[in-house]
Amino acid sequence: MSIRGKAAIVGFYEIPTQKEYPDRTTFGVMAEVARGAIADAGLRKEDIDGLINGEGVNSITVAEALGIEPKYTASMTTHGSSGATAIATAAAVISAGLANYILCVFGEARPRSSSRMVGQAQARGNLPPASRATELELPYGPVIAMNGWYGLIKQRHMFEYGTTQEQFAKMVVDQRFNAADNENAVWYNQPVTQEDVLNSRFTNDPLHLLESVMPCSGAHAVIVASADRAKSLPNDPAYILGAGGPATSHDVIWQRDDITTTPVVHSAPTAMNMAEVNMNDVDLAQFYDCYTILAMACLEDAGLTKKGDIGPFYESTDTTYKGEFPINTDGGQIGAGQTGGVGGGFRHVVEGTRQVMGRGGIRQASKADICLVNG
Amino acid sequence: MTNGNANVAIKPEPRPEVPDLSMPFWDAARDHKLIIPRCRPCNRFFWYPREACPNCLESDSWEWQEVSGNARLHTFTIVYQPQHPAFQEDVPYVFAIVQLDEGVRLMSNVVDLDIPEDVEIDMRLRVKFDDVSEDWTLVKFAPA
Ligand SMILES: [Zn+2]
Repeated sequence: MSIRGKAAIVGFYEIPTQKEYPDRTTFGVMAEVARGAIADAGLRKEDIDGLINGEGVNSITVAEALGIEPKYTASMTTHGSSGATAIATAAAVISAGLANYILCVFGEARPRSSSRMVGQAQARGNLPPASRATELELPYGPVIAMNGWYGLIKQRHMFEYGTTQEQFAKMVVDQRFNAADNENAVWYNQPVTQEDVLNSRFTNDPLHLLESVMPCSGAHAVIVASADRAKSLPNDPAYILGAGGPATSHDVIWQRDDITTTPVVHSAPTAMNMAEVNMNDVDLAQFYDCYTILAMACLEDAGLTKKGDIGPFYESTDTTYKGEFPINTDGGQIGAGQTGGVGGGFRHVVEGTRQVMGRGGIRQASKADICLVNG
Repeated sequence: MTNGNANVAIKPEPRPEVPDLSMPFWDAARDHKLIIPRCRPCNRFFWYPREACPNCLESDSWEWQEVSGNARLHTFTIVYQPQHPAFQEDVPYVFAIVQLDEGVRLMSNVVDLDIPEDVEIDMRLRVKFDDVSEDWTLVKFAPA
């Protein structure tokens, strides 16, 4: 028994991702996208009997704020991969008959206290440490946000596989091209060139500023229903064919034995075997991209290329929505922004749904029957 | 442990609170000794200190053991924008994953070399204790 084809995403909604929503609240933007997704699915709020949300907010609190009485509720706690994990969980819960219509909602509105401020507060003992190893990292001067960790991974990838700065920059160029055509993107209408990326400053060598996400506010929601129920609803359903995960294995990145290899080596084969597809069947991909190196390493580990060959792949492949293998067609997080409340990964779920439903508008990929999402 | 007088911008800062589990590591560093947890049942070193050996899951059956201080540079990044402003005066500096010859990896700085030209992955390193204050010593590494 698996979840193959037993559940589908039947509606979605999002608000623009922007630097902040200073006059809004997190529950306010969650309610807005929840209402939008429910309406898009052709349902009423009373139909919703399941709720899954992101890290940091208890799902009961969210249910109460939204006036939902769920039969099933959970907060996802797999960090960046919480978004896609929510969909896998929803499909499993629906297959098991615990709920009929599950609202998955991620977002954050408050003016974001930057990770720099959070880091400083942690250093002063004003916040609990980020992980159990924080006390062993802070005295050596970590970099802003997660830039240090991904700089370490990128350096090792360049050393082991010869991946070049130009190849990383090409990924940013393709995604900023996509974001330029996405009104909901923080970088709407602002494409960049390879030179722009290479000339942007190092937050930490070898990582450029333009290879990093912009922490943002925003919100995204989808409704998951059983395949049977999906057939009678207005949208062309986006069936969930398989899932594996989570794509996060460590709080402390340097605890991984092989830091250039991601847990996608396990989650992708699980998902694709369940779906009974292989990489040749996949038309496009939406992949978690807090930094260039993470998406590129994950794409390798999913089998898009041999390990270490993702650099040459980007160099020789148009990965824009117009290209032969589109990746992150909404701009991804690097182009569209990283929604707070671990909503960054959930954006990939929403864009994958949009493309598979054929509702990509100007950004619609020419073929989008099967989308691989690592969110 | 405290952060000292919060009104004075002194280094060493940040000085995070140290849990009991890793206190012996910092105490030994003050004596210029590098000690690492080693599991008695399976004989493996591990890092960071935790309740149970992550290899065999034996709990509370490990001991601190002094190690050679010889290491290699697994990977590194050269910092220009630190999270904490106290480090701004040090930029650019090397934030690194260092692998001890005993097998475990730890976060540290590589010092006493020209940046960026002399930093190379897999270069041999030797522990270097940095007495940042009377009662606090950081475990750093320098070219061997
Ligand atoms: Zn053991």
